[in-house]
Amino acid sequence: MILAYLIVLLFSGGVLAWLAEFINPKWPRWIALLSLAIALLILANMAPQFAIDTQAARTGEAWDLIFILPWIPRFGIEIILAADSLSYLMLLLSTGLGVIAVAAAWDEIRQRTGFFYFNLMWVLAGVIGIFTAMDMFLFFFFWEVMLIPMYFIIAIWGHENRSYAAIKFFIFTQVSGLLMLLAIIVMAILLAQNSGKISFNYFEWLQAAEQGVIDPKLSGYLMLGFFIAFAVKLPSFPFHTWLPDAHTQAPTAGSVILAGILLKTGAYGLLRFVLPLFPEASQAFAPVAMTLGVISILYGASLAFAQQDVKRLIAYSSISHMGFVTLAIFAGTTVALQGAVMTMLAHGLSSAALFAMAGAIQHRLHTRQFNDMGGLWQSAPRFGACMLFFCLAALGLPGLANFVGEFLVLIGSFDASPVLVSIAALGMIAAPVYALMVMQKIFHGPQREGLSLPDLNARESSMMALLIALTLYLGFFPQDVLSLMEPMLNPTNQVAAIATGVVQ
Amino acid sequence: MEKLWLIPTFPLLGFIILTLLPFAVGTLPKKLTGFIGAGAIGLAALTTLLVGQDFLASNQDTYTQILWQWFATGNLNVNFGLHLDALSLVMLSVITGIGFLIHVYSTGFMFDDPSFARFMSYMNLFVAAMVMLVLADNLALLFLGWEGVGLCSYLLIGFWYTDPHNGYCARKAFVVTRVGDTAMAIGLFLLFQEMGTLHIGEVIEQSASLWKTGDTTVTLIAFLLLGGAVGKSAQLPLQTWLPDAMAGPTPISALIHAATMVTAGVYLIARTHPLFILAPDALMAVAFIGAATLLIAGFTALTQTDIKRILAYSTVSQIGYMFLALGVGAWSGAIFHLMTHAFFKALLFLGAGTIILSLHHEHNIFKMGGMRKKLPLAFLCFAVGSAALVALPLTSGYYSKHNIMLYAWALPDMGPWLWGLALLGALLTAIYTFRLVFVVFFGPTDPHHGEATEARGLSMALPLLILCVLALSGGYWALHLDSVLPSSPHPAANPLVDGLSNVVPFVGIAIAYLFYGSKKLSVDSVMNLPLARRAHRFWHSGWGMDGLYNALIVAPWKFLAQVNQSDIVDHFYSVLALINRLIHDLFAKSQNGNLRWYASSLALGAVLLLGIGLWN
Repeated sequence: MILAYLIVLLFSGGVLAWLAEFINPKWPRWIALLSLAIALLILANMAPQFAIDTQAARTGEAWDLIFILPWIPRFGIEIILAADSLSYLMLLLSTGLGVIAVAAAWDEIRQRTGFFYFNLMWVLAGVIGIFTAMDMFLFFFFWEVMLIPMYFIIAIWGHENRSYAAIKFFIFTQVSGLLMLLAIIVMAILLAQNSGKISFNYFEWLQAAEQGVIDPKLSGYLMLGFFIAFAVKLPSFPFHTWLPDAHTQAPTAGSVILAGILLKTGAYGLLRFVLPLFPEASQAFAPVAMTLGVISILYGASLAFAQQDVKRLIAYSSISHMGFVTLAIFAGTTVALQGAVMTMLAHGLSSAALFAMAGAIQHRLHTRQFNDMGGLWQSAPRFGACMLFFCLAALGLPGLANFVGEFLVLIGSFDASPVLVSIAALGMIAAPVYALMVMQKIFHGPQREGLSLPDLNARESSMMALLIALTLYLGFFPQDVLSLMEPMLNPTNQVAAIATGVVQ
Repeated sequence: MEKLWLIPTFPLLGFIILTLLPFAVGTLPKKLTGFIGAGAIGLAALTTLLVGQDFLASNQDTYTQILWQWFATGNLNVNFGLHLDALSLVMLSVITGIGFLIHVYSTGFMFDDPSFARFMSYMNLFVAAMVMLVLADNLALLFLGWEGVGLCSYLLIGFWYTDPHNGYCARKAFVVTRVGDTAMAIGLFLLFQEMGTLHIGEVIEQSASLWKTGDTTVTLIAFLLLGGAVGKSAQLPLQTWLPDAMAGPTPISALIHAATMVTAGVYLIARTHPLFILAPDALMAVAFIGAATLLIAGFTALTQTDIKRILAYSTVSQIGYMFLALGVGAWSGAIFHLMTHAFFKALLFLGAGTIILSLHHEHNIFKMGGMRKKLPLAFLCFAVGSAALVALPLTSGYYSKHNIMLYAWALPDMGPWLWGLALLGALLTAIYTFRLVFVVFFGPTDPHHGEATEARGLSMALPLLILCVLALSGGYWALHLDSVLPSSPHPAANPLVDGLSNVVPFVGIAIAYLFYGSKKLSVDSVMNLPLARRAHRFWHSGWGMDGLYNALIVAPWKFLAQVNQSDIVDHFYSVLALINRLIHDLFAKSQNGNLRWYASSLALGAVLLLGIGLWN
């Protein structure tokens, strides 16, 4: 029930924010912040319940937070919300970064604030739905709910080339989403032929997958339908080209949400649906997917290095980092999957921080081009220090969260393919090449005449302090998260057992 | 010994305080900054002393302190665990002891710099990371220290960030060492795949039973670890970053790029020595990399004119000796030379710092001249430091280097060859070192610096004097590393080796004197020989390695990145969009409101359909 409250809270918070604009344009941001704060409190309360036995959880009954309500009974569509530790971590990340996004938008968004925060809240509600929906149709519904408000955020509050970017974002996600819808419907029909009743229940699908109901040849195509939808979202090479445009053109809060949260829905989908529902097909496909992951790592890094626009650079670095996630998911060992989840969290924090800072730079200097910057450390040392910190996080410095993720990914995937991992490790060389370039081009070099950057203000500083503290915490004490995930990814659990068998 | 954890904690606290406190209370007074920065290292050194005494008194071989579980999942289990043994104790003493002296020196040297606090905080962070590196009980934690010192090296080389060249040098140092680090990381993955552990003690314990000598896997692992070592320690083929690292303030050249960080590769190989013993090919490669590097760097040092670059190449060359020592099985000898080198090279760098500061940031030795009287303290430093560097008898460098020579000679098969190369290197060392001494301190005073006065407060003079004492007497300390490192039987004294070790430095000094002291022989006349000129150019460029890497790696990478700046994959989608639009236009044209057009297309369609129907 509590999960339903959570989603309703954000939906209604959004509506309220929209209405409040008519009273005072400053109210919507407070309403958004308040609803997110309440959501965070609810999540904090839920923490103790996640020491659940996921072995039993797979059947559905043991999920503590399950919520079931019939929706379209004629087609066996239900509203099923449930959460395990993976969902829980993603909920925490989404809500936390939601707060960061509101903080980033605080002064930047001045036009139509009500509608802006309405969209922001609805994206977040959609994302929370995605992370908790256990009915395939409902999942697809939330997939769309997340998409449309995001389109508006880019198209209305974006920068100079916003409508191109917004349409591109929409088409990529929509076309790939339709492939997924097709796969869902075909799957439902196939299962109905087998069991005599139509159902979109994730847990029933899991059981069916276990019994090997689906024809192996067909299941390969169905798997691809899901895979492409999630690979576009991740994004993985060669489906990544919407991302640099969308991230660059979106307003700061939009970039924060896109990079920090929306990309994670792709990885979540792979973990939740592709591996467990199509174990054999995933296994057969793993070499291709892992290769795509490795290409993403190096291709993203090389393009990041080539960029002259700070937001584009960070966008391409995201592609590179998410490549590690693809690699790990299809390598499928416990260690690698832990690394994937850790990288999702770490990249969520660091990319949110980097985009927030890039947005702050654009807000202050009205440019994103490196050529117009340089030598800004003098005027904004705090800003520079925070940027340095997150550049170091991005290049995988040990002691920060991203290192733990990447290290687990690489060491865990090594068994599956030593060659691919060794190539992926070259990303360790490429990452500092672009990450340190950011510092050089913006903050180092000679001070320019007439160019100065106002330092981070109190709001921005506390935002950064929070993200820095979390990145350090996950870097030095990742065990808390790893322990939470361990039962779910442990080979004793069948979901992971299927996953570990992926490449053998 | 329970206080072991305090040794990395004090420097870390220093870093945190110096970084965060100014945000709360505004810029700290410089005196206080210096006090905190140097004090943190002083406390660490003091703790090291106490812990070391405890440790030696306890007669234990090792002491382990696990702080917390870092990450454990699946079969991977990595602790934040500290491991103390004789080897880490020697390293700790060098790091905190020399580190403290250099910090004290820095409070004088860097006092007038506007970013003094930033400098001290980075230095403290460096010491914390370096301590973690040598105390780590597993390779993942060692990697944390390893990357941490690399970060601090980057931050401090680029400390004066307003000059883009410094930034370039800093990035180059970071990226080039990262190449080695990546090899090392892959080595760790492979090691973990084979053994299921990264704990150094377990690796050492199990390696002998897991692999036969010369096994391919262990050889591969050893070579990958060696890759990390040559990156960090600036050995062939990754030595190119160290000379450029001299862009940083001089105290960091002394601390990071002479005494501590660059010797981390030596430490790594010594620490994982059982793997190298199981892989004789890799061990032989260590010896040959060392020998080749010490020669190449020696030749290059001969041609440099920047005082710090001469010392940098000298460092590369001396670490070559340490690698040679490891390769020929003089395990303790390598660590011994590491220690004495830390003494005399820190002394030389800090002495050079005094010169540079006194002469308003002059680096070119040919613009100095006659500084013996103007800068007496620097002269003392260079006299003592150079004597130890060229291994004149009775100095610390003599004992450590001579020891390596003996082991090299005693190695069967390739031994005498390696010894010969090392001896040639010793000759070069004497020549380039005393070239520097004669040019800088003797001869007529350079007119530009007639008014120079020596910059020396107590904070700078005292560390220099202590280092002088250490550089002279450091050779009398016997290191007892037998509990950690294998002790091959000490080679018998050999009159030939002894004699030549004693004579060669003097020959080198004599040659340097003839060219640069008395000027009986003219450098110019040698340089007029075409071959000499070409050799000079080649050596001066560091044997063309920078150019080679630029042409082979950097330029293609930049070119590819540039060509693909707009992402070729995106063009595919653009073309797709374009085709869609064309089709759209085409169909839009068909809807032109012309009735005859509609009628004829209707008729044509009907005929077509009919045709298809009949056909089937």
